[in-house]
Amino acid sequence: MIKTDILIIGSGPVGLFAVFEAGLLQMKCHLIDVLPKVGGQCSEIYPKKPIYDIPAHPEILADDLINKLMKQCEQFQPGFTLGERAMTLEKLENNSFLVITDKGTEHNAPIVVIAGGLGSFEPRKPLIENINKFEGNGIEYFIKEPKDFTNKNVVLAGGGDSALDWAIELSSIASSITLVHRRNEFRGALDSVEKVQKLKDLNKINLITPAEVHELIGEESLESVIIKKSDGSTIDLKTDFFIPLFGLSPKLGPISNWGLDIEKNAIKVNNSLDYQTNIPGVFAIGDVNTYPGKLKLILCGFHEAAMMCQSAFKILNPNKKFLLKYTTVSGVKGFDGSHKQAPKSVVKTIS
Amino acid sequence: MTDINITIIDRLGVKHTVLAPLDMSMNIMELIKSYELADDASIGVCGGMAMCASCQCYIESSHVLDDRSDEEEAMLSEAFYVKNSSRLSCQIPITIGLKNLIIRIAPEY
Repeated sequence: MIKTDILIIGSGPVGLFAVFEAGLLQMKCHLIDVLPKVGGQCSEIYPKKPIYDIPAHPEILADDLINKLMKQCEQFQPGFTLGERAMTLEKLENNSFLVITDKGTEHNAPIVVIAGGLGSFEPRKPLIENINKFEGNGIEYFIKEPKDFTNKNVVLAGGGDSALDWAIELSSIASSITLVHRRNEFRGALDSVEKVQKLKDLNKINLITPAEVHELIGEESLESVIIKKSDGSTIDLKTDFFIPLFGLSPKLGPISNWGLDIEKNAIKVNNSLDYQTNIPGVFAIGDVNTYPGKLKLILCGFHEAAMMCQSAFKILNPNKKFLLKYTTVSGVKGFDGSHKQAPKSVVKTIS
Repeated sequence: MTDINITIIDRLGVKHTVLAPLDMSMNIMELIKSYELADDASIGVCGGMAMCASCQCYIESSHVLDDRSDEEEAMLSEAFYVKNSSRLSCQIPITIGLKNLIIRIAPEY
């Protein structure tokens, strides 16, 4: 069982900043995220888009913001459970919470902070009749272990960055890679498109466009796919895997069954105090919460993270006196033994 | 500058004729959100960057709109329930030419 002071559901910008704020108050954090990487929407939906309203950053790319937040909180050594969905929340007799993921990983903490953005990302599944039947038996929506596709025949579908990037990566280990897209044009980064073009010319990637995977054939597991081209012709292609990569759509998901007050698909919190939910000890910060006047902005989530940490500290240390410290005065003491501090000014006499 | 009327048919098939401001540099996705005509988390997920297709709508009146941009075209090519009349509502700025426009919000996916 993973034990921590603050368990954060969601590793987007607000969850990551909460690690830093908690660290300043000597509280340790562990984060759970359904995606296999940190960053939430910033990494998944718009990594290369500039953000213009982060204070003191006239312009910053979303993935740069995430990299900087990771750097800022690294000395507080957060733990991560990535690629797993938080399924259940249970209050234990000692007033702490038990959160179990879909993979069965158990987490225990006295404070739970939901920084889940718009919810957990779920794959957008193509509208093919029997697709559910082959899930886990030839159909995958995420690639966690590229090695699983070694010497396999793989069909990928989609026209964005993930389809292109995985086609490139898997082309070096799979027996065959076929990329199917509805159009001849791809939406991904230019250098990825060019790489795929090169691999296609080298016969390392079999490109079928404009076309769609129309039918899935197999007994127990997937055996072949029927690809329909836009001219009406069809191709029957033997394959071990079909990986549709049509992006992800966020759903509030299991969190909605945790007994939290929910309004308009968001969690109601006390914004005049500390962003706590109706369950004491459970907070919600960032885009996932709602209150009168709520603004879904990263900068508002940062503020909510700081407020939440002050309150969490009082719950964890009911009798301890403390005063807000300024990092300019006290510096930042990491759990890794590091201590960042402003250099002492040199006092020199003028004679 | 006066506001214009735009009719939005929500995902339950209910028709709403709403006042759309011409001077707030809003797009149709934002108009739908501001009148709360779709679940907040089910529309405009990417914030209006043509990167998620959650705001897909069908144009049901005879208005002639600007052509789809490459980005919009590419995103729609990966979306579901796409028709010839499909547009990403975040890519349609509210202008005087849209007076009495009728749109239907595409099913959630």
